[in-house]
Amino acid sequence: MAVLSPTRSALPSGSADRPVRRRAAGGGIAYLFLSPWIAGALLLTIGPMVASLYLSFTDYDLFSAPEWVGLENYRRMFTEDGRFLTSVGVTAKYVLLAVPLKLGLALGVALLLNRRRGGQGLYRSAFYAPSLLGASVSIALVWRTLFGDGAPFERLLGALGFQTGGWVGQPQYALFTLIFLAAWQFGAPMVIFLAGLKQIPSDLYDAVAVDGAGRWQTFRAITLPMLSPVIFFNLVLETIHAFQAFTPAYVVSNGRGGPSDATLFYTLYLYQRGFTDFRMGYASAMAWVLLIVIAVVTAVIFRSARLWVFYTDDKGQS
Amino acid sequence: MTVLSVPRGRRLGWHLVCVAVLAVLLYPIAWLLGTSLKPPDEVTSSLSLLPRDWQFSNYTEALSGIGGTSFWRFLTNSVVVAGGAVLGNVISCSLAAFAFARLRFRLSGPLFAFMIATIMLPHHVVIIPQYAIFQSLGMIDTFWPLILPKFLATDAFFVFLIVQFMRGIPAELDEAARIDGCGPVRTFWHVMLPLIRPALITTTIFTFIWTWNDFFSQLLYLNSPENYTLPLALRLFIDQTGSSQYGPMFAMSVLTLVPIGLFFLAFQRFLVEGVSTSGLKG
Repeated sequence: MAVLSPTRSALPSGSADRPVRRRAAGGGIAYLFLSPWIAGALLLTIGPMVASLYLSFTDYDLFSAPEWVGLENYRRMFTEDGRFLTSVGVTAKYVLLAVPLKLGLALGVALLLNRRRGGQGLYRSAFYAPSLLGASVSIALVWRTLFGDGAPFERLLGALGFQTGGWVGQPQYALFTLIFLAAWQFGAPMVIFLAGLKQIPSDLYDAVAVDGAGRWQTFRAITLPMLSPVIFFNLVLETIHAFQAFTPAYVVSNGRGGPSDATLFYTLYLYQRGFTDFRMGYASAMAWVLLIVIAVVTAVIFRSARLWVFYTDDKGQS
Repeated sequence: MTVLSVPRGRRLGWHLVCVAVLAVLLYPIAWLLGTSLKPPDEVTSSLSLLPRDWQFSNYTEALSGIGGTSFWRFLTNSVVVAGGAVLGNVISCSLAAFAFARLRFRLSGPLFAFMIATIMLPHHVVIIPQYAIFQSLGMIDTFWPLILPKFLATDAFFVFLIVQFMRGIPAELDEAARIDGCGPVRTFWHVMLPLIRPALITTTIFTFIWTWNDFFSQLLYLNSPENYTLPLALRLFIDQTGSSQYGPMFAMSVLTLVPIGLFFLAFQRFLVEGVSTSGLKG
């Protein structure tokens, strides 16, 4: 065929069989490249998800066969288990306080740093450093001691006239030490905010400057709306993250969630039920409740985005 | 130009505010360093960051280990776990990313969406069945449950990171390789891998630091002290010794953070760039 009419066959056959060949070859090879990921997705994600959903309707202690109990785990959780409800309250309080505090600090410091001045890069790196350390046991130990009895924080408060005692040991304050620890790690969202601030075109600022806008007006009219996609992104990420906090609560309270369950994070209670009491059916049910709550909260944030997140390519927005 | 045009007083004020923020942020770290060199009675009685009586023996005591297991054993364990995790993530995530970014296959859309969804998935919904699987394989109290999943690209975040990076690389480059007769395997190896080095470095750094700091999975899977990693050894330290051992405990905390500090100093540009371009969490 090619010999008979080289000019005619070259084009159509070339363009006709190339995509087909590529798809056929690429298809098989693509699954080869993906095979580790597919194995992981099936064996370590989808399989275990289905299994934990099933286990959540059973009594299971890891050593004997799971026993079907229907909705019993879920019913007990919400009606009989006081510690479960406590852990929900503690976690909700933590998420509601730690996330806005951390993001507020991150945004504030990003605005402070967003200037073309010498040393900016240095400050940025230094402010980011706690984000790398904060999740470690070492820093949690520091927190436990710094906010303990007779430690620097108590003395600082004492010098200011507040006699509170060490915060770690007191139910009404203990959670705040963990909130401070979260806020201390504002560097990661700050770096993302800074990157977002750099994306805002400077002619927008020039335009409002010509109109005689003050600082606050500029912030409200330009910076905030232009930054809203980044705020949204950070909010989703930090919220999901905060729901799953574990290490600091474990270390600060020695794995117990004390004092008086004041730092009993949801994940810590789940760990206790599953891996110290071996009530794995119950722990699975708790895991599914967590998944659903995170999904719902994330969905709510996504829905609310229509009201406050401004996308530049969205012409209908003002 | 802008640097010079700002009045000197305002520049100075700006630096003062920044240094104040820095001081508050670095105080806990400075306190940790100071306390690691203090004798027990100074830990809470003295507010000074510097010890009055320098106890370098805190460090020798920390290095001697806990309950018969030496510090070096814990360190080796941590290095093995973190090293294995890095190797697994770099290999499996770059392979998967190449398929998603460059190859055409029928399920690419749904699979990619699923991969993204797993980034958001709380670990807890899979942890119990995973534990049961590893238990039935006899892998509890070994490093396998901590390393094996990384070779199966379960850290979907890094797949996404590398996909994003690959999408920024001009398609002409692998077109050219294809025209020269390279199949996908050779294109991946000879063209893609060298080009995505920055993304692989970011993956390496973050996998290392996250695994190094990780406490939850190591707590779950490792039971005997000779298999303990540094975070677990630190916890053991609190359990076995009282507050009298503050000095050595914080000396060990410092030693545990040293590798992260070194990584930070060596790669701070990569770290900060990695965070700002991909939204990585520290």
